[in-house]
Amino acid sequence: MSESLLLLLLPLASMFLTIFFSGEKSMVSRGSMAISLIPLLYTIWALIHFNPEGGVQYSFNYAWIPSLGINLHIGLDGLSMLMILLTNFLVPLIILASVNRSIPNPNAFYSLLFLMQFALIGVFLSLDAFVFYIFWELALIPIYFICLLWGGESRVRITLKFFIYTLSGSLFMLIGIIYLYLQTPGVHTFDINAFYQLNLSSQEQSWLFWAFFLAFAIKIPIFPFHTWQPDTYTDAPTAGTMMLGGIMLKMGIYGIIRWMIPVIPQGILEWQNVAITLCVIGIVYASCIALVQKDYKRLIAYSSIAHVGLISAGVFTMNIIGLQGATIQMLAHGVNVVGLFLVADILFAKTNTRMLNELGGIANSQRIFTILFVIIMLGSVALPLTNGFVGEFLLLNSIFNYNAIMAAFAGLTVILGAVYMLRSYQSIMLGNETEASKRFLPLLYNEQIVLVVVAIVIIVTGVYPQPLLKIAEPSLRAILEMAK
Amino acid sequence: MNLKSLLVLLIPLLPLLGFAFNGLLNKNLSKGIVGLVACGSIFISFCISVFLVLQISSGVASQFDCTLTDWISAGNLHLNLSFVVDRLSAIMLLVITGVGFLIHVYSTGYMHDDDDYARYFSYLNLFVFFMLLLVMGSNFVVMFAGWEGVGLCSYLLIGFWFKNTAYNNAAKKAFVMNRIGDLGFLLGMFLIFSKFGSLDFNTVFELAKNASTGDVTITAICILLFIGAMGKSAQIPLYTWLPDAMAGPTPVSALIHAATMVTAGIYMIARSNILYTLSPEAGLMVAAVGVATAFFAATIGLKQNDIKKVLAYSTVSQLGYMFAALGVGAYSTGMFHVVTHAFFKALLFLCAGSVIHAMSGEQDIRKMGGLRKKLPITHLTFLIGTLAITGCPPFAGFFSKDEILAKVHGYENGGMLMFIILSFTSVMTAVYMFRLYWLTFWGDFRGSHHQSEHLHESPISITVPLVILAVFSTFGGFMGMPELFHAPHFLNNFLEPIISFAGMHSHEASETFEITLIATSIIVLAIIIAATYNSYVTKQVVPEEDFEERGFAKVLSHKYYIDELYENIITKPLQAISRLLGNFIEKYVIDGAVFGVNWLIRNGSATLRLLQTGSVGFYVFGMVIGVILIFVFKFFIG
Repeated sequence: MSESLLLLLLPLASMFLTIFFSGEKSMVSRGSMAISLIPLLYTIWALIHFNPEGGVQYSFNYAWIPSLGINLHIGLDGLSMLMILLTNFLVPLIILASVNRSIPNPNAFYSLLFLMQFALIGVFLSLDAFVFYIFWELALIPIYFICLLWGGESRVRITLKFFIYTLSGSLFMLIGIIYLYLQTPGVHTFDINAFYQLNLSSQEQSWLFWAFFLAFAIKIPIFPFHTWQPDTYTDAPTAGTMMLGGIMLKMGIYGIIRWMIPVIPQGILEWQNVAITLCVIGIVYASCIALVQKDYKRLIAYSSIAHVGLISAGVFTMNIIGLQGATIQMLAHGVNVVGLFLVADILFAKTNTRMLNELGGIANSQRIFTILFVIIMLGSVALPLTNGFVGEFLLLNSIFNYNAIMAAFAGLTVILGAVYMLRSYQSIMLGNETEASKRFLPLLYNEQIVLVVVAIVIIVTGVYPQPLLKIAEPSLRAILEMAK
Repeated sequence: MNLKSLLVLLIPLLPLLGFAFNGLLNKNLSKGIVGLVACGSIFISFCISVFLVLQISSGVASQFDCTLTDWISAGNLHLNLSFVVDRLSAIMLLVITGVGFLIHVYSTGYMHDDDDYARYFSYLNLFVFFMLLLVMGSNFVVMFAGWEGVGLCSYLLIGFWFKNTAYNNAAKKAFVMNRIGDLGFLLGMFLIFSKFGSLDFNTVFELAKNASTGDVTITAICILLFIGAMGKSAQIPLYTWLPDAMAGPTPVSALIHAATMVTAGIYMIARSNILYTLSPEAGLMVAAVGVATAFFAATIGLKQNDIKKVLAYSTVSQLGYMFAALGVGAYSTGMFHVVTHAFFKALLFLCAGSVIHAMSGEQDIRKMGGLRKKLPITHLTFLIGTLAITGCPPFAGFFSKDEILAKVHGYENGGMLMFIILSFTSVMTAVYMFRLYWLTFWGDFRGSHHQSEHLHESPISITVPLVILAVFSTFGGFMGMPELFHAPHFLNNFLEPIISFAGMHSHEASETFEITLIATSIIVLAIIIAATYNSYVTKQVVPEEDFEERGFAKVLSHKYYIDELYENIITKPLQAISRLLGNFIEKYVIDGAVFGVNWLIRNGSATLRLLQTGSVGFYVFGMVIGVILIFVFKFFIG
């Protein structure tokens, strides 16, 4: 059996196992936590045997619907490898973070989480556009139910908006994919290699750009297609928010790199200016809004828009430094956002509020939480020697090569990020204790483990990011080579 | 890795280990152990630094390198985590570890009663680590890592007593203002990379030698880097964080906000001296900003009544002198003043700390007076510091400041004007420093009865560093004797190999000029000392209460209302815009557009659905209309 098929199927197996778990709620969550480690261990095994220079590896190709040219074609290159590492690393952390929260009907909750993991892995493995599309849409269904059934007060309205928004985006992509399919010579096929060899006119590429861009821009989200995001992130249960912010939005960025750059490079070149401008506007816009947020979770949601705006801008420069920066920043952002959302979750669980003005002075009594919070915040404001810096430096560098003025605006994130992060940190942690802060009890063991792991990853990959960069580089070079 | 590389690596590594040890074990440690680890790690680093510097100065090796690993590689960008000890970083190393060690020792006394003793020392060690990274990095990005790291430590230490909101705000302000500069630094690095294809000092400076003078890109690089320096070294317009940074514990002010971190900008420009030499425009800008800052800050210093604020503005002012020197191309002179300033300003701050300690936390000089009797060592060392900063021969500040004035005088782009302004600034420096000195140590005690009962000289852990620094403030200047004395200029000779083009546009001053300069400054200083003595000691003038101030004095004591100005032209508008974006644009315009599209689709389909009436007649009617339209269309267009 091929390694990539196993990588794909393991989360599915976790899902079925979780459905049939019985016993107490806490046992269900612990059991889920335990089985979620299996894909992680297997990923590490696959990573050790992975040769970054070796192109697409571990591939598996099964003629699924031969008459329509649909193949279950999956495989791994360096980029996919890292995205799968991110996914399988974060899922156990996300589950561990929620172990002590009371979640009604945990079997359903965790099996949906695993279904989502399955779909995400599918997206990152697919080498067939049809399969890619199936997994892309499949990923939406579990998160829809997670938000709808376990979300906050206004979940019905917000979830519907989220669902319609992202679904309609995807439809444009479907049109694009079908069009590309019809262009393949002979018996039409959805295979990625056939797409790579298409000779598309610049007009075709021009409109195809928008078909794909809309789908990806909504998912990431890029300004001005982002308005579903703050509501959804704020209202979703923490594990759902972490899945969305930590992993799912990377589907969009990954999609641009895998499906847009090599297939419609001219389309990107034509619209790159518009796309990068939108991304950069989004960085400044979202950072400004983050400055005046009162709810900490919502503040992180906006900061996330700013961060992914920078990543997307770097991707659209179509330059190796930008792509490398984007890859490393996807990993960093995934880890950091899980840490930040957990901080928000801990605040709410212990003090019953996330409002900045109701909190304060927690540093007086919670030394460990303070240290961990500071490290995660530093990763998020991209201090050198934390993981956030590597990506930000490379991304800004490549944007600068594209257009210096654009980079200066994008670079405002350096300043504004510090302002909103320090401001919120100060009002939550420093000063005198408020009524709400006095309710803050020491961290539970699971919270502490997750935060410690996140903090360690932030520092280790910030001091020594080179192994990750090396895994990604050959695959990204290959993608850029195809774009030429 | 050979032994020499290991030694290089140990210099920053030891403080990092000290940080980790004290930071992780924290409350489980006794204060004695904490202090021992913190001071000991810096002391060993200092010893290693001395050893390496002696090797370099004796010519055994020109520099020492240590490459740890490759750090970030992407595309054609390759960055190593690598360190270098060469002549320029050697000087900084000695200052950082030497003065740093003394301040660590001082802190064991000063912070002795603080509950968060271990946290304090772990931050202080971390600061030294980042500062060493900054000066030892062998490429711009490692330097930048140290650069941002010291900013972080500065943030943590200014807000060390984090229950106090004002302190926290000061800390945040420092970090954010530094970040404004850092963006300039970042963009400067990107431009360097796009021009030279590398960020390694060696490669960049080697390639730069082939560039022509006046190259526009190089000017842009220099200006962007200088923006970074403005933030870190508190120059106009990014200086307002430094006076607020005095919220931190006083030893922190001495170490970070006087002796080391704030001189990072000077170090950075001295390091990039080849680039600045190639760009006379950028040089002029650096000089002009430096001179303006020196003057401007000194005027504010005249009317401050907080002992630390006076010293803070004097730091801003002295940093201005250093930039003036760099701007006119006298890089080693700038470094010279960095070193002497590190001695006397650290000394002054530590003395101030000793005074504040004795005064039970009081910082207002209007409530002091006559302290010389109760604090004899502090008094004497403070006097030495004052004489050094005011440029009284033969104290350290005299030599470096004299050299700056001479070099600026020889500068062809308005050097005369700059010289006059800086000379006048020296006069002001003497005025505010002696005002501070007389008011604090002479006259009658003006504090409360309670304070006067508690007045005492500080313990030995505090006074010993004071005495050592006083010795250096007295004799430190001899490393750079003026031409006039025909003694070797140790520092210039030491730095010469690194400062390749130095002196290209700075002329050597003539002997008569030197003599006139020295003679005038002695006479003027004597007059100022007498005049200030007359008003603050003989007439016992005490500065008026804040609310009594009128006119320009009020403007000065409010620091020209610059903070208020920034508040009104930057902070408030930014918040207003952000609120507008968040509460209106986001909700109604962008989300509104989404709902608009949604509405259009729903209503559109609802209208279209109405056409499906089920009446065959209506459908036939539609068909007929359609056919007619097709014919019409064909007829006119086809």
